[in-house]
Amino acid sequence: MREQRASLPGSIIAWVVAFLMFFPILWMLITSFKTEAQAIANPPLIIFRPVLESFAAALSQSGYILFAENSIIISLVSTALAIAIAFPAAYSMAFQPGKRTQDMLVWMLSTKMLPPVGVLVPIYIICRDTGLLDTRTALVIVDMLMNLPIVVWMLFSFFRDIPKDILEAAHMDGAGPRRQMIYLLLPLASPGIASAALLAIILSWNEAFWSINLTASHAGTLAAYIARYSAPEGLFWAKLSAASVLAVAPILIFGSLAQRRLVRGLTAGAVK
Amino acid sequence: MARLELHQVGKFYANFEAIKAVELTIEDREFVVFVGPSGCGKSTLLRMIAGLEEITSGDLVIDGVRANAIPPDKRGLAMVFQSYALYPHMTVAQNMGFALKMAGVAKAEIAEKVQAAARILQLDAVLSRRPRMLSGGQRQRVAIGRAIVRNPKGFLFDEPLSNLDAALRVQMRTELVKLHQDLAATMIYVTHDQVEAMTMADRIVVLNKGHVEQVGTPLELYRRPANLFVAGFIGSPRMNFFQGRAAQPANGGIALELAGGRTLQVPAPAGAVALGSPLTLGIRPEHLVLADAGPLGGQVDVIEHLGAETLLYVKDPTGGTIVVRTDDLARVRPGAAVSIALRPDRVSLFDDAGNAISHATPD
Repeated sequence: MREQRASLPGSIIAWVVAFLMFFPILWMLITSFKTEAQAIANPPLIIFRPVLESFAAALSQSGYILFAENSIIISLVSTALAIAIAFPAAYSMAFQPGKRTQDMLVWMLSTKMLPPVGVLVPIYIICRDTGLLDTRTALVIVDMLMNLPIVVWMLFSFFRDIPKDILEAAHMDGAGPRRQMIYLLLPLASPGIASAALLAIILSWNEAFWSINLTASHAGTLAAYIARYSAPEGLFWAKLSAASVLAVAPILIFGSLAQRRLVRGLTAGAVK
Repeated sequence: MARLELHQVGKFYANFEAIKAVELTIEDREFVVFVGPSGCGKSTLLRMIAGLEEITSGDLVIDGVRANAIPPDKRGLAMVFQSYALYPHMTVAQNMGFALKMAGVAKAEIAEKVQAAARILQLDAVLSRRPRMLSGGQRQRVAIGRAIVRNPKGFLFDEPLSNLDAALRVQMRTELVKLHQDLAATMIYVTHDQVEAMTMADRIVVLNKGHVEQVGTPLELYRRPANLFVAGFIGSPRMNFFQGRAAQPANGGIALELAGGRTLQVPAPAGAVALGSPLTLGIRPEHLVLADAGPLGGQVDVIEHLGAETLLYVKDPTGGTIVVRTDDLARVRPGAAVSIALRPDRVSLFDDAGNAISHATPD
């Protein structure tokens, strides 16, 4: 068979499209190293002396550390909770399915199709009445619930790749469901659990809607932190860019380090 | 010690009756083989004995105790799965010691028992490997080792050799028989391969569509099949069948009118056959002989030389195929017309419903 080689025009088109898609992020990165005056210069400056002024301002003025801390705690805790709840759920769905298991899985996923704003008012009122507004607890619970369907689905498809015979053999060997989970599923599905956890962390980190609507100054995540820069006083492009870079950098670095694992996890079961 | 009794044991899936009122007693130290075509319920029955499938009706009694509700690990039975079902992330030693670990046995004792089992199965050298690094035969041994280590009352085998190649299968067959002798434990073995059943079993249980067709020693089943199903299932190549009608009685037997107007003299117990009733005659390929003027015959279609013997597939003028096992090669060429005689002392007769009427066998 002849090796497939990309044609030159094809390559050029692909590069141009890729550049166009990447451009806003690139521009944000460039702007974050400008002064405010340089940032709004027209025509835009391509050549300039980079400064760290905006980063310094973003870090000192607006409590970046607090928001970053919130982001880290909320994404990690909500993910841990989601895994802890999804694990036994996926176990029973994969190995002891009932008549309605398939329906339930589809229903769970269908909740992801609901626009979040549709439940904003009830959730806001619940948080207000329980005193959870502007607390990490509220975001941990909401993020966990938002990610639960996806985590259950991912774990379910990982579990389904584990031969039932192995669990039955363990059952004959004296391991009940709890010990099957500890001694077999946990080690066997660890790549799946890891990729489900990675995805949940990323989704939770990037979640903006609930963070903006349910928090003020205490429990806001980095998403809320960026949003604060579009304040009524006007836009400070350089500072906004610097803040955005600071907000997305951790998860971008984390994501690219975990990329291989994530791709493997998301495509597991698709091709055997 | 394990004596298993199945009393009217049945299994329903919604509206489908997978196992129909099985009545069976398996004696201590017996090697019993469940055999039947795929979908006959043999694996389901084994899994019900193991406790992996619920028993819907009837009683399973192990050593005098009703075991229906006893969980699988408390029944004292160990199972070897068709897929081996080894724990892929554990070493061979960990695989074999898992049940003991679950039972809270001390580490030193586990190691000792694993060593002992590994010695029996020649797995000493691979104890620290993972299943992935083993050959098919070794994996099979580990699966058996995992069962042995538990020192169970009985072993359950679910088609354990079907993933092995032919040579290894024959070797493992012998090893399992030897293991049965050494361990002196009750063994129940499920297979669809009637050769495995014939070579290994003390007794064979033939299952078909969820019910027991016949229980007996391999030779009983071979010589005195209870019905057409067993007659056709046990033995390879299968028994030849001829449809006919009972004509007038003749010296100690009957005359059987076959399709195409031929008549065979067949021994039959007096009064067992009503005149004119439809019958099926069964005769095994080795009990047919090439003759100068036999009552059967046709054109030789295919010849299979197996070395020690030769199988002839002869086209019957009425449309069927007659299989003859012979070592007489002199006059046989493909396409040749042959005449076939049958040994009347080896003929089986079956009635309209397929049940055996008589077997003309020496014992």
